[in-house]
Amino acid sequence: MSDVLAARSQMAVSLAFHIIFAVIGIAMPVLMVLAERRWQRTRDPVYLDLAKRWARGTAILFAVGAVSGTVLSFELGLLWPRFMELAGPIIGMPFSLEGFAFFTEAIFLGVYLYGWEKVSARAHLLAGVLVAVSGAASGIFVVIANAWMNTPTGFTLTNGAFSSIDPIAAMATPAAFPQTLHMTLAAYAATGLGVAGIHAFLLLRNRTSAFHRAAFSIGLAVGAPAAVLQPIAGDIAARYVARRQPVKLAAMEALYETRAGAPITIGPGIKIPYALSLLAFHDPHAVVQGLDAVPRDEWPNVPLVHVSFDVMVALGTYIALVGLWAGWLAVRKRDFATHRRFLWVLVIAAPCGFLALEAGWMVTELGRQPWVIFGVLKTADAVTPMPGLMVPFTAITLLYCALGVIVARLLARFIVRSPRT
Amino acid sequence: MPSLPDVLAAIILAALTAYVLLGGADFGGGVWDLLASGPRKTRQRDLIAHAIGPVWEANHVWLILAIVLLFTAFPRAFATIAVGLHMPLTLMLIGIVLRGSAFVFQSYGGGGGRVFATASLVTPILLGVCVGAIVSGTVWFGVRDGPFVTSFVRSWFTPFGFAVGIFTLACFAFLAAVYLTVESKDVELREDFRQRAMAAGATVVAMAVIGLAVFPQAPPVNAGVVALTAAAAAAAFGSLWRRRYQRARIAAAAQVALIVWGWGIAQYPYLLPPDLTIAAAAAPRITLELALIAVVAGAVVLFPSLYYLMRVFKGRSESLE
Repeated sequence: MSDVLAARSQMAVSLAFHIIFAVIGIAMPVLMVLAERRWQRTRDPVYLDLAKRWARGTAILFAVGAVSGTVLSFELGLLWPRFMELAGPIIGMPFSLEGFAFFTEAIFLGVYLYGWEKVSARAHLLAGVLVAVSGAASGIFVVIANAWMNTPTGFTLTNGAFSSIDPIAAMATPAAFPQTLHMTLAAYAATGLGVAGIHAFLLLRNRTSAFHRAAFSIGLAVGAPAAVLQPIAGDIAARYVARRQPVKLAAMEALYETRAGAPITIGPGIKIPYALSLLAFHDPHAVVQGLDAVPRDEWPNVPLVHVSFDVMVALGTYIALVGLWAGWLAVRKRDFATHRRFLWVLVIAAPCGFLALEAGWMVTELGRQPWVIFGVLKTADAVTPMPGLMVPFTAITLLYCALGVIVARLLARFIVRSPRT
Repeated sequence: MPSLPDVLAAIILAALTAYVLLGGADFGGGVWDLLASGPRKTRQRDLIAHAIGPVWEANHVWLILAIVLLFTAFPRAFATIAVGLHMPLTLMLIGIVLRGSAFVFQSYGGGGGRVFATASLVTPILLGVCVGAIVSGTVWFGVRDGPFVTSFVRSWFTPFGFAVGIFTLACFAFLAAVYLTVESKDVELREDFRQRAMAAGATVVAMAVIGLAVFPQAPPVNAGVVALTAAAAAAAFGSLWRRRYQRARIAAAAQVALIVWGWGIAQYPYLLPPDLTIAAAAAPRITLELALIAVVAGAVVLFPSLYYLMRVFKGRSESLE
């Protein structure tokens, strides 16, 4: 394995691991706050129990998210010093703002977790709301920095160096809106349906549990609307990619030749005529740029990007349909908790949001290759001169595998288990 | 009027100082967890967990803030450090991950106490090793074309580096022990940590004196700062002796803060001695201006929130429930 590949793999493992905890850290506070609010309104102890258990779960997940996020902020330099030297002054702004948002999140999470008996009920709920808001804000700032790597703006490039830089213009990069919208919805969809799916499974085993019923309904209330809205955000994102990063779109759709009326290719063989032109430009006869428009050495790994994209779309479609079904049942005032088939469908949906999220990041990151800053700096030119990068890659991978197992076991033991009555 | 790059360098040093005073003490808590002994062993550990629990994550963010501001405002310095100190920084990160996650696993009954304590011991040493390499200028070995060992190992693996590392650990342990005297109302526990604080404080002073005398790499420290640090150390020791714990906490924090600023002043105007000055490493002016605005705006949100956090959990000493 070459050092560049080892560095990319380490970055991929670190991001793939962190992102799970990051999205849970964004969305779980919303669920906690909803549960606490219902408790304050109804005084039904089930909701207090739920808020407290979710808070404990969030504490574990947030801590792992915080430390794995620290690892990433260092890895940007440890693995890609040339990238940070060049890009730091431009994308430092969203990172700095993220630092403060994350700070606020950590402070009020401390108040929320340890302050049940120390602050008033209203102050406690407000702390939870602040955790939710600052969590969403910090996610948005980080994704803006990533968006800039896809559509770099706010500088003049002369002889490989940036001049007349404008960090504000860089933050207003065209990819910022589609990416942050898509990612924020993904966080709520994956986490909400993940929670609903776990409690759906437990409801199937213990149908009368008021606890699992409450947890299930709050998870669904957050996850289902986000999952239903996500295809719209996906459409906005795809159309921006078509215009700004046509190579990435060509790889996503495995379109080798530039053509009008381009079809969509699903998997290796199935083709839907005109569909790609229609989706990307809302015109069945539009010309879509193929991979042939750029030299071979500027192609991303087409099969990997294409498969990742199909996986994301398939899983996203599934959870969007689940969300629609939930909406239909809600309109007809059906009791979800006794609808066996619906519960099973949700059990299957539980991991789908997270897998779609990971696949989506594979698309955006692998689809940008061989560039780290699209069209400006190649990934291979940004890597550290440090040799033997297999070693830290292996160490980080083993560490994260162990952590993942421990977190899963802890959550299963302390959070999910039905309360004794 | 200090220049804009100087202001940002001072802000980064201030963030690092906050990390040392707050996050450092949390690492120090892990050291006392490892060294818990005597008849009150379990109560010592409970007090440490109780003290760290609500605040360690917020305390940890100071490090992230310092790093983010460093790569925003001084990208070349960040890149140089990241290359030359790749190995100790990676090891430090593993320590940070193990410390944080083991602490939270332990808090929620998942075990991991030994890992928490051991990582608390190793991580500050690695942080100090990195500071030692920056002070003595060896961090630059990484960007020169040389054999692997010269570029990436001798850049940090030096007796001076480890001396700074152990000194850092002693400072953190000292801070933690002093703070812990305020955390408990239990007289016996307070005595336990008073004794530990005095022992750690004596170690800090002895190491500083010997280190400055023995190592030629040690920077020439400003005499005024040394005098102030000595006064703070004497005040901390005197307050501990007379069991004035609140006063001891302030004096100990001042002492360690002065050590950090003594380091900063000693290597001014260099960000990375012996070549790279603060002015030469600085990002374009527009970036620095925006970073300053972000810091001020962030501080407006941050300081009231932090004050609130500390008031809720650290306002007065409480007995353990």
